[in-house]
Amino acid sequence: MRSERVRLTLDGAPLVVPKGTSVAAAILSTGIGRFRDSVGGEPRGPLCAMGTCFECTVTVDGRPYVRSCLVECVDGMEVATHERAP
Amino acid sequence: MLLLDRRPHLGGNVWHPVLGGSRVPEAIPLLRRLDRPNVRIVTGAEVLDLPRSSTMLVGTDTTAEEVGYGQLVLATGARERVLPFPGWTLPNVTGAGALQLLAKSGLPVQGRAIVVAGSGPLLLAAAAYLRAQGAEIRLIAEQAPRRRVWRLAAGLVRERDRLRQALDLRRQLGGVPYRTGCWPVRAEGDGRVERVVLRQGRHEWAEVCDFLACGFHLVPNTELAELLGCRMRAGFVTVDGYQGTSIPGTYAAGEPVGIGGLELARVEGAIAGFASTDQRERAADRFAERRRLSRFRGALDRAFQLSPQLRAVATPETIVCRCEDVRVGTVAPFRTGREARLQTRCGMGRCQGRVCGPATEFLWGWNPRGIRPPIVPATVEQLTRRAVPDAVSGARS
Repeated sequence: MRSERVRLTLDGAPLVVPKGTSVAAAILSTGIGRFRDSVGGEPRGPLCAMGTCFECTVTVDGRPYVRSCLVECVDGMEVATHERAP
Repeated sequence: MLLLDRRPHLGGNVWHPVLGGSRVPEAIPLLRRLDRPNVRIVTGAEVLDLPRSSTMLVGTDTTAEEVGYGQLVLATGARERVLPFPGWTLPNVTGAGALQLLAKSGLPVQGRAIVVAGSGPLLLAAAAYLRAQGAEIRLIAEQAPRRRVWRLAAGLVRERDRLRQALDLRRQLGGVPYRTGCWPVRAEGDGRVERVVLRQGRHEWAEVCDFLACGFHLVPNTELAELLGCRMRAGFVTVDGYQGTSIPGTYAAGEPVGIGGLELARVEGAIAGFASTDQRERAADRFAERRRLSRFRGALDRAFQLSPQLRAVATPETIVCRCEDVRVGTVAPFRTGREARLQTRCGMGRCQGRVCGPATEFLWGWNPRGIRPPIVPATVEQLTRRAVPDAVSGARS
């Protein structure tokens, strides 16, 4: 059975993933590991995958600092990496 | 009854739904039982604060609401202990269970080379899952020495269910190297991890990998219990026979009480559930099962105690507080965590010391920080909007 898919954009580019995919998993699946830059300007990506570490935060539909591991992709969602640390 | 879960769906980490797969069979009847009019489930919800007695401030997305309660059961689970080593902040270095969770939530790992490292039974469970999804597990590196792992394994003979689980894992991991007394000393790569250097005894070598999944056993999530003022002992919540904490009407079950695994957590949860709803006899019916399952708790702690040699892996340049990019050499001269925090911001970032706290405790014996609300980062709107009645905010605008 072919699973249902959702369409979103990642840094402006279209991305299609199976429904239920977390935003963190969707980003990693494109080969991107650098979700954001730390306060010192280092590349960072998911560490805990359970909402504790805040390393995987991205901008979702204009809202900054969203933990991408805790949010599922939905149709029309706009995700942007490379936010700066607060 | 109100059930709050931080994730978008119920099931926690162990019963996290698998994308495209069916639910764990044991979870299905429990989820079905929650489908009742007197149960309200709010997912994506976190307790931010306890503004008054028997009142919690619950945050969801951008909003927050105050919720009053009579009885409270804390089932806040555990997180992985991650320890600093050079390169541990590189993208694609994750916790061990963390990579398993990412795979369950839709990250394809087919053909990816993965090194699983750290400590504890979670390494085996994560490696077996990732392998079943088509990943190439290069190596499992367990920091505990061989004799302690064997002693734990020998003790399983008395634990039929756990023995069967262990044998299953061993079968699923056939052919994967499992090294004991072995840990990563650095991760290297350009923009993400490309190889990890491991040490076992005096032997050091590099493994090429796409991911390093590394977690050193578990630490309990006790922030909410501590904010409530529950009595703690050695980092865990103290409970009586009915899972009651020192705060009347407040119960705790699972890892916050002691790291003991799924089956024990389920029994403790049942006892707490019965006790908090005046069904003390039904709660007491489970005491024997809890006693049997909790024998294993001490055995786990002993087996996966951290080797003191792991303290030597981080160099002065290694970041210890990832939120604030504070390096080991910057904080090491301080005598207490409090001094370090005030002078360097170590532990004052967004994770509020949940990552570096257990690390600095292991490295320098610092006690974890005091708990202050909000216990997870909250927006100003979440903290103010609920407190200001509509009439007042209307008059101001």
